[in-house]
Amino acid sequence: MNINSIKRRTLLGAGLAGASMLAMPAVLRAQDKSLKVGVYGGYFKDSFDKNIFPDFTKATGIAIESVAEPTGEAWLVQLEQAARAGQAPADVSMMSQVAMLKGQATELWTPLDMAKIKNASHLLDRFVNKYPDGRVAGVGAVSWYITLVTNTDVYKEAPTSWSAFWDSANADKLGLLALVSNSFLLEVTAKTFMGGTNALDTEEGILKAFEKLAEVKPNVRLWYRDEAQFEQALKSGEIPMGQYYHDVTGLAAADGHPVRSTFPKEGGIQDSGCWALSRASQKAEEAHIFIDYMSQPSIQATLSRKVGTSPTVKRESTDLTDKEFAAVSSDIEPIVPRYDLYQTKSDWLNQKWTELIVG
Amino acid sequence: MRREPPQTIGDYAPLLFPAAMLTIFFVVPFGTMIAVSFFQRQQGGFYTPAFVFDNYGRFLSAFFGGVLGFSLMMAIAVALCCVVLALPFTYMLTRMARSVQVVWLVALLSVLSLSEVIIGFAWSTLFSRTAGITNILVALGLMGEAKALTPSFAAVLTGMVYQAFPYTVLVLFPALVRLDPTLTEAARTLGASPLKAFFTVVVPALRNTIVATLIMVFIFALGSYLLPQLLGRPQHWTLSVLITDQAIYQSNMPFAAAMAVFLVLVTLGLVALTVIAGRKGEAA
Repeated sequence: MNINSIKRRTLLGAGLAGASMLAMPAVLRAQDKSLKVGVYGGYFKDSFDKNIFPDFTKATGIAIESVAEPTGEAWLVQLEQAARAGQAPADVSMMSQVAMLKGQATELWTPLDMAKIKNASHLLDRFVNKYPDGRVAGVGAVSWYITLVTNTDVYKEAPTSWSAFWDSANADKLGLLALVSNSFLLEVTAKTFMGGTNALDTEEGILKAFEKLAEVKPNVRLWYRDEAQFEQALKSGEIPMGQYYHDVTGLAAADGHPVRSTFPKEGGIQDSGCWALSRASQKAEEAHIFIDYMSQPSIQATLSRKVGTSPTVKRESTDLTDKEFAAVSSDIEPIVPRYDLYQTKSDWLNQKWTELIVG
Repeated sequence: MRREPPQTIGDYAPLLFPAAMLTIFFVVPFGTMIAVSFFQRQQGGFYTPAFVFDNYGRFLSAFFGGVLGFSLMMAIAVALCCVVLALPFTYMLTRMARSVQVVWLVALLSVLSLSEVIIGFAWSTLFSRTAGITNILVALGLMGEAKALTPSFAAVLTGMVYQAFPYTVLVLFPALVRLDPTLTEAARTLGASPLKAFFTVVVPALRNTIVATLIMVFIFALGSYLLPQLLGRPQHWTLSVLITDQAIYQSNMPFAAAMAVFLVLVTLGLVALTVIAGRKGEAA
């Protein structure tokens, strides 16, 4: 298994991270100022430990204890359980949108004081998460794309549209994410065949999308929860097509593996991670300094260069070149997930989805 | 050794520690789980304490019934395969030289040190098209073209049998070692073939051990949730996979707890049935 593969959204680390969390003494307690920061484990965390956190400690005197977190929703459950007991396994965590919104529903996140986060002015509006009454629950950390990926040995020509998933020539060749709330395939179906994600406004629309999506099933070899599983199969050509993260695919291609990531003409799926502060944390002061630091355009540019994520600040504010920006993003309008659905209809969607793929 | 019933409360003292451990690490968590299974699910959030039957209601559907049925069937198949393979194997093992036995047992024990993840990934590589065993068959000229053997039911079954096999051998081993060799010798002198002696003498003499082993492997296999994901298609996912989905990804603890309670009850029921059937058989 490639150690470099980003495991940040994986399942397998979940139990391990939880267990080590309980066993780990607070190493940095002796230091005056410290902050526990949760970032997705694996390559992602390594990259932050190497490229970002030391400079932060140098600039502010706040020591960072980074915590490897499992996939967003699994981490949410752990944070929530811990907060109920008054504990914070991490003060600040990077949370994906669906997990962010679920945490908002239970007031898990301490509202942030934007007066203390001056650099937030650089952020794009859509990356600031707010409670219904306007308090800020989280601030954009990074954003990433899920794109159409292929093995270049098997597919000499890059596919141009998500509709390749429906092509009967690709029978038993696809690897797709196993959950409705992280694959965003309903949105992909709606954008590709039904004129846009607005088609999912009604239950009839959603059922139609499910119906269309059912046609993909014979082409799917693997519904994966664990990224490493698909990444390996994609590199070896065992499963030569699927949906995957643009950043990791780019890193794998840079390492010489025969893989490519394509933004289909309907757009890549854009998801993002927020910095959010657990309500059980006692480190609000340090957390605000940290989030402010991370929102600087120069730090966002560093993340794009080193980790391959897309910035959450306005592009003009960064010094990224056209080429650098194109490597982490695309001019094609992205498919933005219908996060609202995963709140209001989450159980219904989950049930229909499970019946679709298991049934 | 003299055995007599405990006379004073002090005689029960050695039981206190295991009893306390069992209470803290089994009874309390299980009680919590039962309590949570009646809590109210907050969609898009977490849960609130309540006493509702919604979670059990949602489970009672043809869909989940099918998944439960498949999980039980899979666990039974694994138990049968393991015992059918392990019984003759262990029987032969007990009749080998001590040094050979030790080597085999150490090898089997080392399989136990492998995690489910490693077993799953190893088998998915062995069954893959690009690096799997079919390539050897192609090289030998037995097959025209390498093909993928996973995901499939057979792949899941293989992985789970591989994982449970060492346990099966270790449970059967003591009983087979203690088996009186004069029994089979008597059968042989009376003219039975080795095969016949095995089936008419060894197997009936070990009836209770075999039933106990079947139950143990069955329960062990029922909890497996990683191998079906790594080696199977979604229709081969066990109920444990769906429980994990609900607990970890949907943060729907009440529903996950209800499914788990249901699974435990069905398992206990099946085990009880087996034991009762065994007793009746003995009486007859």
